[in-house]
Amino acid sequence: MTLTENKPETRPSLAPQKGGLLADRAFSWWTLGTGLLVLGILALILITTVREAWPAFVEMGFRYVTERTWDPNPAEGAPIFGALSFMYGTAVTSLIALLIAVPVSIGIALFITELAPRRLRGSAITVIDLLAAVPSVVFGLWGVLVLAPILVDFYRGVHDVFSGVPVLGTIFGEAASGRNFMTAGLILAIMVTPIITSICREVFGTVPQADKDAALALGATRWEMIRGAVFPHSFGGITGAVMLGLGRAMGETIAVALVVGGSTNLSANLFEPGNTMAAVIVQQFGESTGTYTAALIGLGVVLFGMTVLINLAAQRIVRRAEARMRGGVA
Amino acid sequence: MPTANTPAGTVTSHPSVSVSAPSAGWNDAGVDTPDGAATTVMNLADVSVHYGSYEAVRGTSMPIRQNQITAMIGPSGCGKSTILRSLNRMNDLIAGARVTGSVTYHGQDIYAKDVDPIQVRRRIGMVFQKPNPFPKSIYDNVAYGLRINGIKGKLDDHVEEALTGAALWDEVKDKLKTSGLALSGGQQQRLCIARTIAVKPDVILMDEPCSALDPIATSKIEDLMYELSKSYTIVIVTHNMQQAARVSHYTAFFTAEVDEKQVRHGRLVEFDQTSRIFTNPGDKRTEDYITGRFG
Repeated sequence: MTLTENKPETRPSLAPQKGGLLADRAFSWWTLGTGLLVLGILALILITTVREAWPAFVEMGFRYVTERTWDPNPAEGAPIFGALSFMYGTAVTSLIALLIAVPVSIGIALFITELAPRRLRGSAITVIDLLAAVPSVVFGLWGVLVLAPILVDFYRGVHDVFSGVPVLGTIFGEAASGRNFMTAGLILAIMVTPIITSICREVFGTVPQADKDAALALGATRWEMIRGAVFPHSFGGITGAVMLGLGRAMGETIAVALVVGGSTNLSANLFEPGNTMAAVIVQQFGESTGTYTAALIGLGVVLFGMTVLINLAAQRIVRRAEARMRGGVA
Repeated sequence: MPTANTPAGTVTSHPSVSVSAPSAGWNDAGVDTPDGAATTVMNLADVSVHYGSYEAVRGTSMPIRQNQITAMIGPSGCGKSTILRSLNRMNDLIAGARVTGSVTYHGQDIYAKDVDPIQVRRRIGMVFQKPNPFPKSIYDNVAYGLRINGIKGKLDDHVEEALTGAALWDEVKDKLKTSGLALSGGQQQRLCIARTIAVKPDVILMDEPCSALDPIATSKIEDLMYELSKSYTIVIVTHNMQQAARVSHYTAFFTAEVDEKQVRHGRLVEFDQTSRIFTNPGDKRTEDYITGRFG
């Protein structure tokens, strides 16, 4: 007996069905469109800000990022627009914020995911999330009215301890007031803690129970289990959380403008007043004209550029770490 | 390898009897090891495990004998894994889990107030169903246990010894810095065994260690278990009856029973030498299960 194909009319149809294909195509166009939209908006922001800032870039040339003097209304001669002091201010306040917020946030996230009794978990999460809901101007006002006056004595105490010690004596120098790099960093730390905490919490929650069991079955204590099983799994996620926090800290405007002291200053002394790029823009934009306005917009361009560079670097680090985890050479 | 100097439970130690694994043919291992010959390392007496108000397993009593492989078999939901996890206090990690009765290790109740579960797990290691190497290099996977147990300095020799003991050294010696996750499933499971034996435990608990592996990888692990039983006491939970028959000296058969309130509980039906369980079981339910009539 020979095998024969079914007659065409009895064969099940394998041709694509009209409706499904259309929906699928619409879906892919929609996702592609939204993806391109983001890129488009980013490109537009970059193009327009660079164009607006162009007169200042032309006027100052490279000195725009290497000059520490910012003098829009000099007694004589042309105005000088050097962003370096503000770039430094942004970097140093954000760094202080991360140095404080990252360990605290990881601690809170670990407490919530690994240690807290179940009924405490919910309320701990609520409290942290509430912190994120406080408007930044409130943080700024609280910082300038409450925190700064309290901290000035503390800063003087710290200075007395470290005065004469090389490096530390410079970093913790004289404190004239409570409004300085350090206070700005502290306020920023409080502001970025909720976002870092909540992402870390999500990340720690994805660590497989099997990995934790493996560590515990070897006789690991809880901390050893966290170091051996939770952290290696969470490296990428923690880095992402830190980057989001850093982005927020670098871009924070009004709270920093209120507590940072508002002086153009590039000093290693964290207890001296200074300024950051975002804060300068909000303080001076209203009174500026012409090249001055262009120079302020230029600060925005530099801030944008710094954020993008830092994020790219972080992505590289994470990708390399994850490749190593999955099977590359350690 | 520490020997039990204070044997607990029903079986007394007998100095003149060798406790080493049978020399040949490990199918009839149970026959070679007369009942009561080996030292009892652990002993379960009337052990019940509760999750909240639910009693998952009730009234289990059986010994775990030194340098022997004890298999726990039975249908799903019979509580064999639950009992296994109660042997090194892994159940502590499950909220609401409670163990009653006594589980002794060299005569000490491991659930006593002054016992640190970390010390228990340090001596009673565990290999899990799904291979679960850490997302670290092969070397660091093995070294992890050593480091947390305070072994400092050069760990190379310890790592090599453990990997050799797990029959993995030849396959990985040139790529110790590669991630453990880059290995095949069977290799990953042997890495997990290496990680467990690196800290030189006394007892190794294995929770269906081959259920995620192909037959060739499974047979490698089974051969390895035989080798390991020369130095370690092994308890294995398995769904695979042939595996229990092939590798174990003793077999505990569990089943699930429905009580008068229509609640299911796991229960130990029979514990005996493997050869006897599979050729001449004492209980009708055991016979039905091993002949494939249910489960």
